[in-house]
Amino acid sequence: MKERMQGLREASLRAITDCASAELLENLRVKYLGKKGELTAILRQMGQLSAEERPAMGQMANQLRADIEAAIERRRTELSAQLLEQKLERETLDVTMPGVKNRLGHKHPMYNVLDQIKDIFIGMGFEIEDGPEVELAEYNFTKLNIDEGHPSRDWTDTFYFTEDSSILLRTQTSPMQIHAMEHRKPPIRILAPGRVYRKDEVDATHSPMFHQIEGLVVDKGVTMSDLKATLNLVVEKIYGKGTVTRFRPHHFPFTEPSCELDIQCHKCGGKGCPTCKGEGWIEVLGAGMVHPKVLSGCGIDPDVYSGWAFGMGLERLALGEYKITDMRLIFENDVRFLEQF
Amino acid sequence: MKLSRKWLTEFVDLSLAECGDREFAERMSVSGSKVESTEDLSQTMHGVVAGRILSLEKHPNSDHMLVAQLDVGGAEPVQICTGAWNVHAGDLVPVALHNSLLPGGVKITKGKLRGVLSDGMLCSLKELDLSTHDYAYGVIKAAAILGDYHPLDPAKPSIPANIQPGDKIYGKVIAARVKSVANAGVNLWRCALDTGRGEAETVSDCQNLHEGDLTAYDTGKDRICSLADLRAEQAEFPHCIPDGIFIMYEDVQPGTDLRSLLGRDDHVVEFEITPNRPDCLCMIGLARETAVTFGKELKLHTPVVQAKAGGDINELAKIVVEEPELCPRYTARMVRNVKIAPSPDWMRERIRNAGMRPINNIVDITNYVMIEYGQPMHAFDFSCVDEREIHVRRAREGEVIRTLDGTERKLSTNMLCICDTHKPVGVAGVMGGENSEIVGDTAMVLFESANFNGPSIRRTATALGMRTDASSRYEKGLDPENTYKAVQRACELIELLGAGEVVEGVIDVYPNRTEPTVLELQPERINALLGTSVSREAMEKILLDLGFTLEDGLVHVPSWRADVSHYSDLAEEVARFYGYNEIPTEFTGSVSTCGGFTPEQQCEREIGAVCRSLGLDEIITYSFISPSYYDKIRLPADAPERDSLRILNPLGEDTSIMRTTVLPSMLEILTKNYNVRNKAAALYEIGRIYRKRPDGLADEPKIVSIGAYGPELNFFVLKGWVEELAESLDISPLRFEAERNNPSYHPGRCAKVYAGERCLGVLGQIHPAVAENYGVDAELYCAELLFEALLELRGGVPVYSPLPRFPSITRDISVVCGREIPVGELKDCILRSGGATLADCSLFDVYTGHHVAAGQKSVAFSLTMRSEDQTLTDEHAEETVKKVLKALETRFGAVMR
Repeated sequence: MKERMQGLREASLRAITDCASAELLENLRVKYLGKKGELTAILRQMGQLSAEERPAMGQMANQLRADIEAAIERRRTELSAQLLEQKLERETLDVTMPGVKNRLGHKHPMYNVLDQIKDIFIGMGFEIEDGPEVELAEYNFTKLNIDEGHPSRDWTDTFYFTEDSSILLRTQTSPMQIHAMEHRKPPIRILAPGRVYRKDEVDATHSPMFHQIEGLVVDKGVTMSDLKATLNLVVEKIYGKGTVTRFRPHHFPFTEPSCELDIQCHKCGGKGCPTCKGEGWIEVLGAGMVHPKVLSGCGIDPDVYSGWAFGMGLERLALGEYKITDMRLIFENDVRFLEQF
Repeated sequence: MKLSRKWLTEFVDLSLAECGDREFAERMSVSGSKVESTEDLSQTMHGVVAGRILSLEKHPNSDHMLVAQLDVGGAEPVQICTGAWNVHAGDLVPVALHNSLLPGGVKITKGKLRGVLSDGMLCSLKELDLSTHDYAYGVIKAAAILGDYHPLDPAKPSIPANIQPGDKIYGKVIAARVKSVANAGVNLWRCALDTGRGEAETVSDCQNLHEGDLTAYDTGKDRICSLADLRAEQAEFPHCIPDGIFIMYEDVQPGTDLRSLLGRDDHVVEFEITPNRPDCLCMIGLARETAVTFGKELKLHTPVVQAKAGGDINELAKIVVEEPELCPRYTARMVRNVKIAPSPDWMRERIRNAGMRPINNIVDITNYVMIEYGQPMHAFDFSCVDEREIHVRRAREGEVIRTLDGTERKLSTNMLCICDTHKPVGVAGVMGGENSEIVGDTAMVLFESANFNGPSIRRTATALGMRTDASSRYEKGLDPENTYKAVQRACELIELLGAGEVVEGVIDVYPNRTEPTVLELQPERINALLGTSVSREAMEKILLDLGFTLEDGLVHVPSWRADVSHYSDLAEEVARFYGYNEIPTEFTGSVSTCGGFTPEQQCEREIGAVCRSLGLDEIITYSFISPSYYDKIRLPADAPERDSLRILNPLGEDTSIMRTTVLPSMLEILTKNYNVRNKAAALYEIGRIYRKRPDGLADEPKIVSIGAYGPELNFFVLKGWVEELAESLDISPLRFEAERNNPSYHPGRCAKVYAGERCLGVLGQIHPAVAENYGVDAELYCAELLFEALLELRGGVPVYSPLPRFPSITRDISVVCGREIPVGELKDCILRSGGATLADCSLFDVYTGHHVAAGQKSVAFSLTMRSEDQTLTDEHAEETVKKVLKALETRFGAVMR
């Protein structure tokens, strides 16, 4: 009996080790350990043994069962690992093939820049203001201290809807200053971006429709010092920390004193190069203290309140930001252009 | 405005050595006079010297070239080949040496011309960027050299090829050979001639004569004939041209650098002067700014006029200003015995460096004074002024004048003119008339130094389309106090140049003297505006330096500063010279506002974000369109959208009306993309349309405009976008109604979209006829949604609804019904009839064809059922399906398939 068990041990363990599939392994389990299996058949013969032999043989049989079971389990684990291995091999992909994309749309480059600027100003307590493009000459010019007879009022410069030149397409976002001062009470901090129109033929740097951004602050104790501090910060946010600025006197009818803000040319560091036309400086925006006449014209007492305002062109900013060489691209809206931003 | 640094030193002691261009530009710019550019004229020309021609030989390999040996100041002569025939041995000429630079950027290097070394170039006036206005004697006249004769018709020459000295050409004109040529003064040449019958000697003003030349000699007039004398065409004598090298009659030694002679040893600074500062459009104005900027003294000069001519202008002329509103001041002086001549070098040089051209002494003086004082002046030939009366009046109906540029101008009655008793002799402040032009024999000149109304001059100049140096100054409004000083200066210069005799007296019509503006100096207020603490004394110093005067704390504004009328203007003056960049940079305002977007702006941003997540690219289109675009999108003639705001002065038809629909803008961009062969485009714009309002202004509602084409596109993709958009704004339920009557869209593929009773807009495939109008052979899809409606219907903050606790079960049903029945209605019917447990119903198939009768379709839905308080059984499901099927049959006659 002992020899039979030894024989079964050797045969079964070998068969199990050689077994090639989970199915065959199950067959082996039945064959060796099943109710009609070989080990059972050996155990059935235990009755024939003497009482002295039985415990030792029983223990040996149990050991054999345990070993066969362990071998089957081991083999099963091996086989499933192999199977998984094969499956993974089969499923292997060429990862260099293209991904399946859900194409996202693109914001227009100019509005990318505009949103960046809106965010800067909102962070400083500004609200965004929207206003009409078909505008009264009174708002676009008169209330901004731009007299009758001023060249910008010419029909060669401004688009008009009425023979008496009273209704026009706004030539600047500055009338938004007037609207804001008329329907708000100080403190006022607004940013008014929008479309403006001038009679310029289309070329690489001109368009009859373009965009400006107007900013206005009116409060008690607002000074030119405040204007400088705010605009310096804005310019630093747009052009990066450490941007060198210079404020230069200029003239706008609706601000006094007026200024233009230049930044030192980032390309040549102020030495003069083609980008800055040799000047070392690039003009960025116009600004100034709101003219007291403009304040009082809007019902704000200039003895109590003061304010500052600025205006800048959006196209030029976007062109500079993205190194776009021709303004026409902005309004052509070629998908191959839009996709780049 | 161009400023000569050399000239500037006459007023301010600021040399180039003390302050280079860069520092000058920087400091002037930050004190308010913006410098556009600086130019070192000496860098624009170098290596050009005076040279004396030592000898002149014929070029061995060319019939029309000469080889000159020149003394250019060095030890050895320099050899240069030239094609010009107007030079002679002994002439002084400009020589561009090897490695020299000419104005305009032309570089000259040595080289071989037809095998002969040429070590540079001889220059013409033009090559030096000059003209005969700069050097009147530089006019070149050419004789007809018979050796250069090329008959127009080779078969019929009018001069025989073998003509010999003495042969008759016509009349008294015979052929004669030049035996020798010698200079006989400025542009005069003494020639010894072999006339075939003997010898003759004559003096010619033609420059192209050389020993051995055969010429046409008029024995009657004792003159060597020019082409004009022979009535010959240029083509007959191709090398006898009135052009050539500039022969100089100047007192300079060979080798002298010509830059100093020509005034190119100067630096020119170009300023951008803002329109409020016309006082800076002249030397004195800029000198004043320079003096204050650099803390230097401003040296001004008061003109002194001798007026020794006798007589008095008041006896010789009468001036009547009929329009004092348009001509606040008219000042005049008179000059007799005028001698028209070129003005001296120094004056020509200054005029050139200021960007103008010298003409003659009288004209140059008026321009010089304009550049120096900023006061435009005009000089009339007074003998052309009828009855010696000047009337300043509006033009009369139908009056015309030929202006100095030779153009006939029709005048209108709102134009101010300078007239005599009969006719206009000038357009006030714009340009003089040809009828009173200063010409060679002008003997009596009236200098006008007047002040005109700026806007009036601007309107006139614009209407006549002639913006001149004078009008562009006048239009900004000039200082009436300046006219007298300027006319005095002009007369002083007349006497200095010896250009004529100034007549005693000044006519000065100045009925309403302008009173100076007086302002209170409020230092605390100025400091409060600027955020500075500048002392009163410092402010006063700045103002005094600028020419303001102070009296009892009051500031008297100088007459040339009409732009200063308010304390804030004084603040700017203080700030400019205190330094804009010295003003402290501090947040002084109290930030008491909370920034942010309005709900409307937020909604707009959200819509944009959703559009982009759907794959749409943002576009920006023009707000104006062409009226013909309404035809392109097939709007009927009576469509209300055609009633657009019309721009009265558009750039062109294509941008002449304000759009009342965004559709043409979108279609134009789709077309552009299609035309450049982009395979697909999916675009959006949140843009305004402009609806006329009774008050003449516009309602400007925003439209969400979507447009697309491409291989994967169809109506339902577009509809999906609209649905996603609405869903993201929590607008539901949506209802789509077939729209057959929108002329721009495909009648079978267009829908209006509703939320409740509110129409949100329209979507669909563009009508093929419209696509064809745009030249697009593809299906275009567009949607136009009203932003306001989306904003209004937008859902609020979402409220959580509990997640289902029990599983759902689904049942698919398939029914056959009439083909015309909309799936949307079937679905509505299912949802209504299914009872409380029917949670959802979705379409998964529509089928026509095999096994389905003609006119019928098979529609399959998947029904989802769920209860909130139990797990549903098959019985529940069957019950719901039964109810649904029954309803479908009753309502639509649809039967289970």
